[in-house]
Amino acid sequence: MSKNIIQMEKVSKWFGDFQALKDIDLEVAQKQKIVVCGPSGSGKSTLIRCINRLEEHQKGKIVVDGIELSENTKNIEQVRAEVGMVFQQFNLFPHLSILDNCALAPIWVKKMPKREAEEMALGQLEKVQILDQAKKFPGQLSGGQQQRAAIARALCMKPKIMLFDEPTSALDPEMIKEVLDAMVNLAKAGMTMIVVTHEMGFAKEVADSIIFMDEGMIVERAPTKEFFANPKNDRTKLFLSQIL
Amino acid sequence: MIKIINLLGTPSREKFSLFVPIGIFLFSLGLIDVTLNSLFDVNITSFFPRGLNYFTPLIFGFLGLYYLRIEFSGNKMLDKLNININSNWFNSILTLLIIFVLIQNIPPLLNWLIIDANFVGTTKKDCSDSGACWIFIKIWFPRLMYGLYPNAELWRINTSFIMLITLVVALFYIPIKLKKYLIIFLIFVFPFIMFNLIHGGNFGLVWVETTAWGGLSLTFIISVFALLLCFPIGMFLALGRRSSAPVTRYASIGFIEFWRGVPLITVLFMASVMFPMFLPDGVYMDKLFRVIIAITLFEAAYMAEVIRGGLQALPRGQYDAAKSLGMGYWRLHLLVILPQALKLVIPGIANTFLALVKDTPLILVVGLLELVGMIDMAKTNPDWLGFATEGYVFAGILFWIICFNMSRYSQRLEEKYKTDR
Repeated sequence: MSKNIIQMEKVSKWFGDFQALKDIDLEVAQKQKIVVCGPSGSGKSTLIRCINRLEEHQKGKIVVDGIELSENTKNIEQVRAEVGMVFQQFNLFPHLSILDNCALAPIWVKKMPKREAEEMALGQLEKVQILDQAKKFPGQLSGGQQQRAAIARALCMKPKIMLFDEPTSALDPEMIKEVLDAMVNLAKAGMTMIVVTHEMGFAKEVADSIIFMDEGMIVERAPTKEFFANPKNDRTKLFLSQIL
Repeated sequence: MIKIINLLGTPSREKFSLFVPIGIFLFSLGLIDVTLNSLFDVNITSFFPRGLNYFTPLIFGFLGLYYLRIEFSGNKMLDKLNININSNWFNSILTLLIIFVLIQNIPPLLNWLIIDANFVGTTKKDCSDSGACWIFIKIWFPRLMYGLYPNAELWRINTSFIMLITLVVALFYIPIKLKKYLIIFLIFVFPFIMFNLIHGGNFGLVWVETTAWGGLSLTFIISVFALLLCFPIGMFLALGRRSSAPVTRYASIGFIEFWRGVPLITVLFMASVMFPMFLPDGVYMDKLFRVIIAITLFEAAYMAEVIRGGLQALPRGQYDAAKSLGMGYWRLHLLVILPQALKLVIPGIANTFLALVKDTPLILVVGLLELVGMIDMAKTNPDWLGFATEGYVFAGILFWIICFNMSRYSQRLEEKYKTDR
């Protein structure tokens, strides 16, 4: 067994005729923080959604924490319980309070006693500094608070890997920082993270390496400093010049 | 036309004290004219030529409302009236017509229903012709409620319904922790207790044939059982129709489209006449059961489509989020998707439930007599011929009360589960 917690080999994915991922090879070691960037439609989201099989890949091999993703539903659920995910649109469950949002999966998926699950949920909410919102419903929270609640919800499953799919893209500018702060704290605590984002400040601060994607391919992967200091690929240079 | 009306100038705030009295006077004149005309047969405007005097109340009322139509009059009530029912000439005419129709119809209706109606007595002879004969309902009341159920055993029906109501009311007042168990008891245990109590045949209870059941209690029995059963079946069908497994999907589609495409009356006939022919010899199924099952399956198909509407309204993100937390198909649906989808379609579910309750009189065609069926039977009784109207009005009022309360209940649920803000 390799020491890489995520191992992707020659992964390809089609939506109808459109090829969203082309022969992706990717290894992520434990505790590594990787930022994925690239123009829209380049396959970033599809890539990370394949890691917990929200999208099925059609070719290649994905192994997460020693479990290969296949048709086997048991495996998939096992992987999903170990991989937390945070979405652009938060996707909190609107019919449940923030506390219940967080405690739901530990209780029903991990069979944790209710009291224990709620205590843990409160602990996670405290870490993202919205303990005082625990009894409220998602619709009563601001975007930034909702996204932090979503992070807490994912963390309640005690995941080994966290995936972030453009976590700040749907937020008002003044709320981006509070979410990024929560993510930075998480990174400092040693979580393995894959983050799709356009926040280059965040990337510089926490990422070990950066992946640049275009047209379904990984165009460039480099350690953070090198990536920003001297990008090798022309498309990377163009992209960086546009967003920096 | 406008010029003539404008003899006094355009109604304005400055001449408030001139226009308002004139307006009120003309408007009242119109109302009085209609009232006298339609209720007392007196025509105070008979000096006008025929044809014109037919329209006089409308003209008086129209002029009155025209003079009252003062913008920003300063009088709060007048402003409110003007905005809501007198904003232009077309609306003022509609307002007048509606008021006139009410004046013409409500007093005679009240007369028939209450003032001239007969309440005291025991036979048909105690009834006068001018009003409703509620004695008919009074005498037949036990039959309309209990059908042909033996008098000595009526306490069994009463007890079971009192128990049902007590349990449902208790649902609102007991702590949340116990609620779960009460709901499970209500859905999975209580129907059998209730059924056994009414049906009898054991525990020392006399057996009462289902054909003797009837009246409003039968309406309730059929409704309650069909409601309880059609809901889960509809839910499974809705999920089945959205399943990715072709067998499940096409089976669900086939089932739903079959039952939605057939009239209920046909279904009931089939259940009562055709179905027993397909049963093997010696197997007998009570007619009431067959009818309840038929209604259940019929309404389940509608329920399925209502619930499917709710499922489709949910964003994909909810599925993604639930899956990403490691939930499988059932946990995902039971914990995340269905609670939200059902909440969204409470009005649609209430609709289906109301339709179900109001469909129950159709069982008349297979010889089961619930409320409307009993009224049909009563009105053809030789001693009580000629009271069909009273009977149907009574049934209408009862059904309205039942359905209105169900509708209020569904509104309360909607309010209760509103968590988006």
